[in-house]
Amino acid sequence: MSVLKNKHLIGLEHIPLEDIKKLIDTGFTFREVLDRPIKKVPSLTGKNVVNLFFENSTRTRISFELAEKRLSADVANFTANSSSLSKGESLKDTVQNIYAMKMDCAVIRHPSPGACVQLTKYVDAVIINAGDGTHEHPSQALLDMMSLKEKFKKIKGLKIGIVGDILHSRVALSNIYGLNKMGAKVILCGPPHLIPKGIHELGVKINSDIDEVIEWADALNVLRIQRERMGIGIIPSVREYRNYFGITQERLDSHKKEIVILHPGPMNRGVEIDSSVADGDQAIILDQVLNGVAIRMSILYLLLGPDGGDTN
Amino acid sequence: MINKSTQSILLEGGTLFDPFQNKKRNTSILIENGLIKEVGEITLSKKMKKVDCKGKLISPGFIDIHAHFREPGMEDKETLETGSRAALSGGFTRVCVMPNTNPPLDSPESIRFIIEKTIDMPVKIFPIGAITINQQGIEMAEIGGMVTAGAVAVSDDGLPVQNGQVLRYAFEYAQKYGVPVINHAEDICLKNGGVMNEGSLSTKLGLPGNPDISESVMVHRDLEIADYCGGRIHVPHVSTRRSVDLIRQYKSRGLNVTAEVTPHHIGLTEANLLDYDTNAKVAPPLRSASDREAVIEGLIDGTIDCIATDHAPHTIEDKEMDFINSPCGMIGLESAFGLCHTVMTNAGASSEDVIKWLTKGPATVMGWKMEALQIGQHAEIVIIDTDKKWTFNKSDIKSRSNNSPIVGMEFTGKVISVISGKYSFGILLD
Repeated sequence: MSVLKNKHLIGLEHIPLEDIKKLIDTGFTFREVLDRPIKKVPSLTGKNVVNLFFENSTRTRISFELAEKRLSADVANFTANSSSLSKGESLKDTVQNIYAMKMDCAVIRHPSPGACVQLTKYVDAVIINAGDGTHEHPSQALLDMMSLKEKFKKIKGLKIGIVGDILHSRVALSNIYGLNKMGAKVILCGPPHLIPKGIHELGVKINSDIDEVIEWADALNVLRIQRERMGIGIIPSVREYRNYFGITQERLDSHKKEIVILHPGPMNRGVEIDSSVADGDQAIILDQVLNGVAIRMSILYLLLGPDGGDTN
Repeated sequence: MINKSTQSILLEGGTLFDPFQNKKRNTSILIENGLIKEVGEITLSKKMKKVDCKGKLISPGFIDIHAHFREPGMEDKETLETGSRAALSGGFTRVCVMPNTNPPLDSPESIRFIIEKTIDMPVKIFPIGAITINQQGIEMAEIGGMVTAGAVAVSDDGLPVQNGQVLRYAFEYAQKYGVPVINHAEDICLKNGGVMNEGSLSTKLGLPGNPDISESVMVHRDLEIADYCGGRIHVPHVSTRRSVDLIRQYKSRGLNVTAEVTPHHIGLTEANLLDYDTNAKVAPPLRSASDREAVIEGLIDGTIDCIATDHAPHTIEDKEMDFINSPCGMIGLESAFGLCHTVMTNAGASSEDVIKWLTKGPATVMGWKMEALQIGQHAEIVIIDTDKKWTFNKSDIKSRSNNSPIVGMEFTGKVISVISGKYSFGILLD
């Protein structure tokens, strides 16, 4: 039996508050490991983990791989380009790969929302969602919350603005579920047509005025804007986006207040965030990267490790 | 089991419901060599197989005006033969098949292929021809030639005719041949790649939403065109409250519009997608609880004329793909009566109403003048137990495919046996 309520980590929607807290707290424990000269513990010795990435990813894949290796798991990587998916490779084939490789755990990134849920129906291995289309990206939200806790010493009562293209963001959805459960207040800010229908039902407020949100918030989670959405009528132009939603140095300076800046990366410097902001004192973006490895160690350990996981 | 026999069958002790005349009476029916021999008081003779229909409701065979039998071209999903068997087992004795085959049914030759291939099938099959060549929505197909060859309606099926002028031509031209024009009402731009109903649920699931207005905007356009230029417009698989309201409005103004709803749109909602069940991915998508209420109301108040299955078989590997790439459609012939009877009687309709939506309704849409159980007629008969409680199981599926999210649902009311000419199905006749 896992020490967590769920066998898999599909999304934060279905993870109870206690488990989110446990995941974050254990993340801090592993953060200490990462500060040691020898950054490796034997917790997952003998466990087989495969990273199945059906979509391009650099940092999430490397972050998971580092976490697995620092826990002494045996790691295999499987990268398929999304073109083979559009040719109709079924999820079943993916499953058979996992079976054939006798894996204890699969870390999956897939362009189709729900792919991880679908896989849990067919496979016995522990499934960890590393981002499924526009659905969830739970490890990102956990590392964001860990970084907030590191900075503010608490999450409850924090005022968080999530800025950008909410409609196409799995980071936003996972953050909303997680922050809500942890007792933070969330305002979404972005072009109104990129705020998904019915999202207010998830207990968030919406405000498309970035200056009002900056005035209100303790921290901003600035989402990456997909450049391919620019200039095809969805976002009129880089200039327009930057003018009305960009976190520019001038904009922050005009508010004369302390505000913490998060970004899940990779950043479009000069579009959603200015370089001087991203590299400035207010940003905790590099802490997020380090915490990312720690939180993924926490996830793997609690789902697979000796105190949890399936030991038989 | 589906049997083929020329044996005389005497149906005794049942209640015959004639949906065309709206009359009910207790009577015996004698079928000989696949034809209705006698209706009334009949003395049993040795050569007759007696079937006790006591407590059962007997109706003319059901008509499905919207099914996909995938032949030619996708015989791994379904064939005219396997589709016919699925239909018969569900109580259907007439099925109109959609033209989205490969190649599509867009010529008199392809219509003749279907007609010739289905001369001796368990059910009567009526092809629907494409409105435009290759269902491309650009150039009109040979509607005259197709109707002469046996097409009963025209439709580009799942591909909406986006160009309003092309649809206007079709409405005007098809009038000469007296067939309905069926346009899958969906504005592709507003659909915007959506794979489920747009709303808080699609947001939660992270799936691209297809808003209800993608249907109603197109329904409105189509109704306006038909209102302006005449023509027999039929709206398939109505799924939204907005569309029901529009159709009701135009009907009350006297427009000759008909509409259908599927069993799954009256029986299921978007909530069936909570665990990303690709078998519940259909076009138009399963909608909200409010939309479901509206189509049920529409059926009861006559805004919607009939039930049509949109039986859409897909292979296991098609449906084991991820949600975005998995194709739309579910099978429905076998579960249609059970689901519709259960839902609609719960909503206050009678068993006879349900039968009407499966017989008189579709016949009206197609413009078929029908009389039930006339002497000498090809026998098309369904025997129904309206109180029977049962669970729809995989073993009830006769289709070549089994993509149904309805498996496991419990129903009240079951098709017990079916006769379609020399073919029969069901426990009473085994």
